[in-house]
Amino acid sequence: MDDLLNEFLTETNESLGTLDVELVRFERDSSDVTILGNIFRLMHTIKGTCGFLGLPRLEAVAHAGENVLGKFRDGELPVTPDAVTLILKCIDHIRKLLADLEAAGKEPEGSDSGLIGEINAIAQGQSVSPQPPPPGDGDAPLFDDAGFPVAAELLAEVAHALGPQPVTFAPSPEAAAASPAEPVPAPVPLAPEPVAPAVKDAPVAEARESALAASSIRVNVDVIENLMTLISELVLTRNQLMQLQRMQKSGEFKVPLQRLSHITSELQDGVTRMRMQPIGNAWAKLPRIVRDLCVESGKKIELIQRGAETELDRQVLEMIKDPLTHMIRNSADHGIESPAGRLAAGKPATGTITLEAYHEGGHIFIRISDDGRGLDVARIRRKAIANGLASEAELATMSEQQILQFVFRAGFSTAEKVTSVSGRGVGMDVVRTNVERIGGAIEMNSTAGRGTMFLIKIPLTLAIVSALIVETAGQRFAVPQINVIELVRAGSRSSARIETIKNAPVLRLRDRLLPLVSLRALLGMGEDDSARDRFILVSQVGAFTFGVVVDRVFDTEEIVVKPVAPILRGNPFYAGNTILGDGSVIMILDPNGIAGTAGQGQAQLETAAAKAGEGDHRDGGPVSLLLFRAGSKELKAVPLEAVARIEEVEAASIEHVGGRPVVQYRDHLMPLIALNDGHRWKEEGKQPILVFDKDGRALGIVVDEVVDIARDRVAIELRSDREGLLGSAIVTGKATDLIDIEHHVNRNFSASFGMDAVIPGEAA
Amino acid sequence: MSDHVQTHIGEGLTAFVTFSVADHYFGVPVSRVQDILTPDTIARVPLGPAEVRGLINLRGRIVTVIDVRTRLSLGEADISGPRKCVTVESEGEFYTLLVDGVGDVVSLDEVCREPNPATLDPLWCDVASGVFRAGDRLLVTLDVERLLNIRGKA
Repeated sequence: MDDLLNEFLTETNESLGTLDVELVRFERDSSDVTILGNIFRLMHTIKGTCGFLGLPRLEAVAHAGENVLGKFRDGELPVTPDAVTLILKCIDHIRKLLADLEAAGKEPEGSDSGLIGEINAIAQGQSVSPQPPPPGDGDAPLFDDAGFPVAAELLAEVAHALGPQPVTFAPSPEAAAASPAEPVPAPVPLAPEPVAPAVKDAPVAEARESALAASSIRVNVDVIENLMTLISELVLTRNQLMQLQRMQKSGEFKVPLQRLSHITSELQDGVTRMRMQPIGNAWAKLPRIVRDLCVESGKKIELIQRGAETELDRQVLEMIKDPLTHMIRNSADHGIESPAGRLAAGKPATGTITLEAYHEGGHIFIRISDDGRGLDVARIRRKAIANGLASEAELATMSEQQILQFVFRAGFSTAEKVTSVSGRGVGMDVVRTNVERIGGAIEMNSTAGRGTMFLIKIPLTLAIVSALIVETAGQRFAVPQINVIELVRAGSRSSARIETIKNAPVLRLRDRLLPLVSLRALLGMGEDDSARDRFILVSQVGAFTFGVVVDRVFDTEEIVVKPVAPILRGNPFYAGNTILGDGSVIMILDPNGIAGTAGQGQAQLETAAAKAGEGDHRDGGPVSLLLFRAGSKELKAVPLEAVARIEEVEAASIEHVGGRPVVQYRDHLMPLIALNDGHRWKEEGKQPILVFDKDGRALGIVVDEVVDIARDRVAIELRSDREGLLGSAIVTGKATDLIDIEHHVNRNFSASFGMDAVIPGEAA
Repeated sequence: MSDHVQTHIGEGLTAFVTFSVADHYFGVPVSRVQDILTPDTIARVPLGPAEVRGLINLRGRIVTVIDVRTRLSLGEADISGPRKCVTVESEGEFYTLLVDGVGDVVSLDEVCREPNPATLDPLWCDVASGVFRAGDRLLVTLDVERLLNIRGKA
């Protein structure tokens, strides 16, 4: 009996989910008989099963709901939002009863006469008042026949509901005309087998459904997980056998082994597919949410779903369910304007939210776009300043899109008051965290007045990922390929060279200076051997790009990610461990963890000096600073992150245009500035230059020498009133001036060049 | 062995898998032991706790190898020959205890169990569940959960 009840709970919960979706669809297009047939059948099955299992309360509620649905179907009742809301309420109530049933193991005590009364009122209200008895009469004997004890109670409730209600609604002629058809639902409960009668209700739908039911079975998730583990093991054994075969001279095993190999691969494929579920399962609740929001707020919103059949791993599916719900709610609640507002803005009164999923290159992309008001950049800007996420000066250098990204920041959106001000972005940091946790990425784009678009990229499956196998200090590690954007070989035979500034390794990668993390040093496996060629995995975490230095790179392998044992879980560098094809166990590195612990994670990306300058009260994390000397013996520092490149030019190549020093740099003129007035320009030799980028234009600051890159927590000890200087701080034990690089860059661009400063080919 | 050591489990008897580490004689309840094996290749885990020797592949499962020597601060192993592993399960995870050698399964009468001597190393007191007088030797029985509670120790 218990098993039966469990099955009933699972099945019914599933049916209720479908009901939600179907009802909302139906409300939109009430002429679709197939949908109604589905709805009616689902509700009927619930009722029938409840009766079968002896659950009178549930049965009564379901019966009342079914009654109304029956009348919809027979055209006796017009489909009104009120009626649909009531049916949804009925479904919610059933859900609640089910939850109680699940918790207690038996149906809770109590009565649902209120709700049933309401539902019956709807069912009966619009029939001509003398007519009400028929459904009762029609039903009562049937129940009696079937021996259900509930019938009497139900009838009493029906009668009770009928008493006061009939006058509330105007009797409609067509309902009256249709009422002779009342007995139609009557045959339904007749049959003792609860499912069978549905055939009579909607022959077409039922035929399709039963075909479906015959072709699918319900399997416990554990069974599949177990199977997955076994398959991985089988694959390993297969690989070992293949290895042995290669060493053998005789070829007698070759053919059967190949066959085994082939079958194993197919088996692996099949089981992987078994874990896949259409993404539509994660969407099932969304139409209902949007509908409820519409009713509440009086907005008109159409939810368009595309690619619901796109399949992905059920584990991933679970993880994105909540973020998706959250984002849709955001779009509907904050993004879409009221119908009046939309008309005033020259848009159709009905807003559109489009939810789209598709496969592309081993990833699933989910795009959520609305045609609402878009994000308010000005508000986000104000909020970012108020929350101390960025300074006015920093914001001034950012593009609108960059500013919009603040909604993903923790602290930006969690506080309630922030919500009311920004109006958007509640918990977007949580969304981002969830998406990143499953190795995905999220992008956002918003145009004021035109709408907002989110693009989520997630791996197909969590269980099997494509990983790059690398080696450091004789030990192999796996790096998920999704985290590696580029592979660079550094050494004698390559143009790339690892340079160190003091002990901080960096790599010049095209137009940027890439900070490097040595895996050896990171994992405490000794110092890097600088004589050897090494490989750099260029990895991106959020907006932070960095390189991981390893000794060797092997090929890529599909690996089954297994979580590490609890004892090892404290270590942020590992995303898990796995068994390779040759049977060896290796650790999977987590670039997110590496970036975070290397201290240069996204959270610390804020411009160091500005951060230190405005927020002594905050615990500024360690930041990377570029130390240099210019004009005097004192050390000066700028945030390393702000520096685009370090270049050396021939002093002789510095030219003057309009009284300003410039240098020809990458086919453009790059203005040069000195930090101190009365700088004496070098006549010959090499001139080191720090190159800063602003809006794609380059600006060079001449320095005497680049000293070091230091990582330190920066607290400004002495503030400065001098322009262009934030103050002085102790950096790695030395007093250092912190240069306000924003100031220099901005002053230079605005003062000397104005709008389109870069005029290619103007050089003398 | 003595008359306290019996081969069949009866009333008041507990069966232990015995193993030796640095001339000490230990036992864990047989009911906790999943497997006894000779480790093949142990994959190191850089930056892992010192007690974690590494990971092995046990028929498709990744099993964490706990070095009992390190765990009980018995110094580095001086034997070059193959060592043995006693695999136990804890909260759904498999761990294997790296030991010098594995002995017989013995059934010991609970009446022979002595509490930990007051002078026992506090570290040992934490993981030992008692001492048995097993014939001419003393068998220290280990509490698997506490033995595996490595982070709690820190």
